[in-house]
Amino acid sequence: MANWVPLWLHRLGSPPTFYRFAGAVYPWALGLAFVLGAIALYGGLVVAPADYQQGDAYRIIFIHVPSAWMSLFIYGVMTLAAFIALVWRIKLAETVAMASAPIGAAFTAITLATGSLWGKPMWGTWWTWDARLTSELVLLFIYLGIIGLCHAFEDRRQGARAAAFLVLVGAVNVPIVHFSVNWWNTLHQGATIRLLGPSHMAASMVWPLLTMMGATKFYYIASLFSRVRTELLAAEGGKAWVRELAVAGVAGGKA
Amino acid sequence: MSAFLAMGGYGFYVWTAFAIFFIVLLIDTLAPLARRRRHLREIRARIARQANRRRPGTPARNESNA
Repeated sequence: MANWVPLWLHRLGSPPTFYRFAGAVYPWALGLAFVLGAIALYGGLVVAPADYQQGDAYRIIFIHVPSAWMSLFIYGVMTLAAFIALVWRIKLAETVAMASAPIGAAFTAITLATGSLWGKPMWGTWWTWDARLTSELVLLFIYLGIIGLCHAFEDRRQGARAAAFLVLVGAVNVPIVHFSVNWWNTLHQGATIRLLGPSHMAASMVWPLLTMMGATKFYYIASLFSRVRTELLAAEGGKAWVRELAVAGVAGGKA
Repeated sequence: MSAFLAMGGYGFYVWTAFAIFFIVLLIDTLAPLARRRRHLREIRARIARQANRRRPGTPARNESNA
């Protein structure tokens, strides 16, 4: 690779180094996610006032919208990792892409379930074949397809490469989910928080939402690193560094 | 307090949504930890098997996952 890539970045790509790095970051990321999540819940459930139209039912927004953002954000990270994995054959990129899929699937499932629980009292139905809802359901199926394809191969690197292609193909669905509320006539409301221009929401409701967004980002880092560590152990089971780690784990009580 | 739990009559929907959020993420947190522990146990068992097979005094090397 080019000379300008810092040496530490090169080193980080090596499994034993990344294993240690991820292990050091993991408790901090999980802790920050927990603290930010608790603050956001307090802000969303206690401090923020009830909505003038939806009453207290709108409070589902504080988990529904951050989860929906994560379902798309994780797909973006996964696409980037899959692209790197296919072009440069970096083992760590394959692992990151494949470890992202179950977390993305979890957030997509949460989005669909909480959206359904919000839709019942507000729209009068659990489910409707609306553009936003349908494209999000397709996103869940794509995530599940990626996980399934990855595990369908005896050789894990072959499975990861095949699934990485599916990741790139499935990426067309991400803009469809995002713009579905603008492109089609839909029951689902448009974007509440906007990067450009004013948000359609009171500040007392915006800050818990953004705090929860931060919490889910940190949660993703924690869960991703935990999964990558697990995958690296399984993939490198015969290597000396894993064997030393496993043996030291017995002596030290943990690994 | 009961007014807080009632959520203006939407308590069932709000609390079920939050429960799903936490249960799914809890499972997502615990699953890789359990899997990692199992991998480490299997690796240790493999090391023990290979140590039994090796002639005494030969050093350990990178070995196959057998």
